[in-house]
Amino acid sequence: MTDKALIRAEATRLRGFFETKGAQVVEADILQPAGTLLDLYGEDIRGRAFVSHDPMRGEVMLRPDFTVPVVQMHMAEGAEPARYTYMGEVFRAQEQVAERAPEYFQVGYEVFDRDAPIDADAEVFALIRGALEPLSLRAATGDMGLLLAAVRGLKTTDRRKAALLRHIWRPRRFRALLDRFAGRAPLPEGREALLAKEDPMIDAGPQIGLRSAAEISERVDALREDAAAAAISTQEVELLDDLLALRESTSNVLEHLRDIAVDMPAIADAVDRLEARAEALVKRGVNVDTLDFEGSYGRTSMEYYDGFVFGFYAEARPDLPPVATGGRYDALTRVLGNQNGSGEIPAVGGVIRPELLLELGAGDKA
Amino acid sequence: MTLKLGVPSKGRLMEKTFDWFGARGVELSRTGSDREYAAAVKGIEGVELVLLSAGEIPRELAAGRIHLGVTGSDLVREKLAAWPDKVSELALMGFGHADLVIAVPKCWVDVNTLDDLDAVAAAFRAKHGFRLRIATKYHRLIRDHLRDHGVADYQLVDSQGATEGTVKNETAEAIADITSTGETLRANHLKILAGAPVHKSQATLFKARGADWNDKTRATFAVLTDKLGINA
Repeated sequence: MTDKALIRAEATRLRGFFETKGAQVVEADILQPAGTLLDLYGEDIRGRAFVSHDPMRGEVMLRPDFTVPVVQMHMAEGAEPARYTYMGEVFRAQEQVAERAPEYFQVGYEVFDRDAPIDADAEVFALIRGALEPLSLRAATGDMGLLLAAVRGLKTTDRRKAALLRHIWRPRRFRALLDRFAGRAPLPEGREALLAKEDPMIDAGPQIGLRSAAEISERVDALREDAAAAAISTQEVELLDDLLALRESTSNVLEHLRDIAVDMPAIADAVDRLEARAEALVKRGVNVDTLDFEGSYGRTSMEYYDGFVFGFYAEARPDLPPVATGGRYDALTRVLGNQNGSGEIPAVGGVIRPELLLELGAGDKA
Repeated sequence: MTLKLGVPSKGRLMEKTFDWFGARGVELSRTGSDREYAAAVKGIEGVELVLLSAGEIPRELAAGRIHLGVTGSDLVREKLAAWPDKVSELALMGFGHADLVIAVPKCWVDVNTLDDLDAVAAAFRAKHGFRLRIATKYHRLIRDHLRDHGVADYQLVDSQGATEGTVKNETAEAIADITSTGETLRANHLKILAGAPVHKSQATLFKARGADWNDKTRATFAVLTDKLGINA
């Protein structure tokens, strides 16, 4: 374990690097109101965050990351375009892997720029890569925008698309729904019996609770509609599978995606964006011939990241978590913006774990 | 140094535990007045009986303050994160059976599985502006179960008693609780979701991995498990 004072010094050095690149230094409270985080991430976050109780403010959490408070700060008082940098501890309860640190430093860089999102993607990636020099790390990238566009373009009902989109960051559940909508998996137990009933409300007993009889019959209607809808075709499922299984260099993947887009025109715009981003990356000195692209990158641990996503890994140290991660999270600003009425603010950013830089032998020269 | 055995301090769980040990030649009993929490062990040397609330036995086991303990398997899973690192199951004792289940109003004819519950939670949140509330005292078990099954847009509200009444009182939309016959659920117009219960609980004899296992306690343990007919 590296000395905390050294980690803090390394974090300060990295934040200084982003500052010299034009970012404004911002701070965030360690104690965050739990309600916002629970509404965003659901009950699961209780298992991952430290929850405490304040006699006056109610439930609070030790900040599990900076993204939410920085977005809120920007929405409340920021002018656009804006570039922010910050550093400090984040706190993650580790129920499963007890040996992972429950608190560690992060240094972050976030860009809020409505006008040039693709260039902002490339800027954040290139800048973080620059901050990690001279370490030689493997970068992995992905683009959740492709998968989202593919699902939106499926030839099926809006309800089914909405159900798939809602679970896009939960791959197992997404797969179960897709299998069912494609007619590959049976209906949930009891569904057929329900739909066979002339009057489903027979034997229902008294109406209790907040969910009204109208809501119940609405869903029964929706289930009938769903039962009558055609299955998602095998071809479409296979194209989705192709997309998710992509694993090649960014320059090669573009060619492959053009092929897929012939049969799945809904992703054409997303492929154009990927190509434009690749060009923007090249302009910033990134070699896209060796930059890994993974079709499923960002699906398990990056909820609300809905565009370009990336991570930097020390290949010789598979035991370590990623040294840096980031991406575009317009979906997060959309949800937070809906809550306070300020609407969506396109945003992209990334974080570095300074103690990993020290452990891997960079930053010593500072 | 004696081997400390923690058992529930009152009620049927205590009586059944005493019976279970008694049937295997280890006589446990309370001593002194009815109100005094003192106990004795006959039939084996070196075992000290500690009477505790069943809900506190998981914590005492995890801390290693008792070597062995009898409590519900549900309580160990609920109260101890990564429980297999802290305790091991020596014997399922065959009583105190109860299922941890999720129940919804019977009038929800469209809900039969967790899959349905998840879809309803999404619609409920869109309509009512807050996450569908599930009343329970089994926060960890329910949260893990719902995460494993990909259920989203719900919240757990704490309910330490009369949980079945929360739906009618409109402080929750669904509940998760222990039931053995389902009678109270039915009486409150609730139905259990199809599929396996979240957990099938029963009284279980646990061994604390972190207790002081020295030559003496290990020797006592060997004699005790032999008497109890446990391979440990």
